[in-house]
Amino acid sequence: MPSESRTPILRFDNVTVSFDEVKVLADVSFAAYESESRVILGAAGSGKTVLLKTALGLIRPASGKVYAFGQDLSGLREDQLFDVRSKIGMLFQEGALFDSLNIEENVAYPLINQKSIHCPPEQVHPRVVEALEFVELGETLEKFPSELSGGMRRRAAIARAVVTGPPLTLYDSPTAGLDPITAHTIVTLLIKERDMANTTTLLATHRYQDGNLIANFRYNSEQGSLEPARDGAGPRARTTFMVMQEGRLAFEGDQDQLEDSTDPYITKFVKRRIRK
Amino acid sequence: MVASEFEDELLLDLLKEPVLAVQEFILLTGDALRNILRRPHYGADIILQMDTIGVGSLPLVVLVGLFSGVVMALQMARALNQYGQVEKTGTLVSITLVRELGPVLTAIMMAGRNSSGMASELGSMKVTEQIDAMRALGTDPIQKLVTPRLEATCLMLPLLTIIADFVGMFGGWIIAIAFLHLPSRQYWSSVWRALEWNDVTQGLIKPLVFAVLISLIGCFYGLRTTGGTQGVGRATTQAVVWAVVLIFIVDAMITKVFVGQGAS
Repeated sequence: MPSESRTPILRFDNVTVSFDEVKVLADVSFAAYESESRVILGAAGSGKTVLLKTALGLIRPASGKVYAFGQDLSGLREDQLFDVRSKIGMLFQEGALFDSLNIEENVAYPLINQKSIHCPPEQVHPRVVEALEFVELGETLEKFPSELSGGMRRRAAIARAVVTGPPLTLYDSPTAGLDPITAHTIVTLLIKERDMANTTTLLATHRYQDGNLIANFRYNSEQGSLEPARDGAGPRARTTFMVMQEGRLAFEGDQDQLEDSTDPYITKFVKRRIRK
Repeated sequence: MVASEFEDELLLDLLKEPVLAVQEFILLTGDALRNILRRPHYGADIILQMDTIGVGSLPLVVLVGLFSGVVMALQMARALNQYGQVEKTGTLVSITLVRELGPVLTAIMMAGRNSSGMASELGSMKVTEQIDAMRALGTDPIQKLVTPRLEATCLMLPLLTIIADFVGMFGGWIIAIAFLHLPSRQYWSSVWRALEWNDVTQGLIKPLVFAVLISLIGCFYGLRTTGGTQGVGRATTQAVVWAVVLIFIVDAMITKVFVGQGAS
């Protein structure tokens, strides 16, 4: 598909971000298009989180431009950014649920506070319940984040990120610190959200298996589980891998190109599949 | 030559951090004050903070006020006794409490209790990315977190200071009747007559200014917390230290203004 002919949902043009004169993102450029999945691999401190926060306008670049939904974020004031952010769902690294609010209030927060969502008050509760049932946490409305396990908190945070139905979702290390079973459940939810709501997805992770699932599996809504995607137009064709190294974009390409790479840093993140 | 350039650079680096901090504090103060007139207003948060800051601090303020009055009366009576002016104890207790001890001691208690509380609460939110989440979900953290704390402290600190003043005078009264054997009417009469409008004005302006310092310094250090739980501890300590130091500096400045007017 000639993606260049379409308008990207998110575009980085030579973006550099510095903290105390240390470059944490260095001259990063890429474009993410509608329904595309991008898996951002990289070691801790390689700039994955900064990249996602810059995409959301939480961090302003020292140089370069970030465009989200065609708008240049660097030219917007904080209150103007709220409109753009209402179209982006973000799962923070540890969930970042508000610990003074219960789960219902946490998930309702974007519906109530994002002005451009225009959610009537009587629809807040049903939408919260729907979002929590989506992540299979329908019975936790009254609970506080401290009463939930790490995996449940992450799922509640996913519910909060997707409750407004954003066309772009950013996931920052959603499986970090979780056991393999819970991590698989979380990635299943991300794929479910991507396939059912047809969202553009950016997933920052250090686990190659997360990216492999995103690229090669799709959600079967009838069976309620993942299944391998075999058709040519499936998630594999729409998944791009990026590898971050010390703030630089060290690799951008599809899974085959990633697995063929001989770069010593990149090969650390890749477990080669047996290709047919 | 090279050494001199290195020293200049080092000096510049050393100065950069405090100058940047002052600039950030001024910007935060401007935003927080501007938000008082801007929508949305988080009424429930203001009431919650008034309860935490005001009602929560009341026992502490009463205790400190009472014993500062007791100590003032004991110390002043001893000094006045040398001049045969023990009956003036009420006058001195009243003036020192309303002008200085009431506002300053209450503010220090509030700094210890509330600046630290604000710094640790906001600091914890910062290191767990809740502040970022708030921004991502359409809320200005200064509007939601800082302005309600500023408003609540500005409303509660003057009230707590008035309570501390009265309780302190009551403590002085206990000493006056129990140990100095002064008639109750004489004590209260000297307390009342000693006060002028200028004292009362000074005694109410100070807590209002201290309230701005206490709340904004607590929030400022909370919002710039970095470095996990260790950073939260550091922010809490810095908030209390700077709040107390600035209370004394600003107290001296306000006192100088009132003394300069020839009114004290």
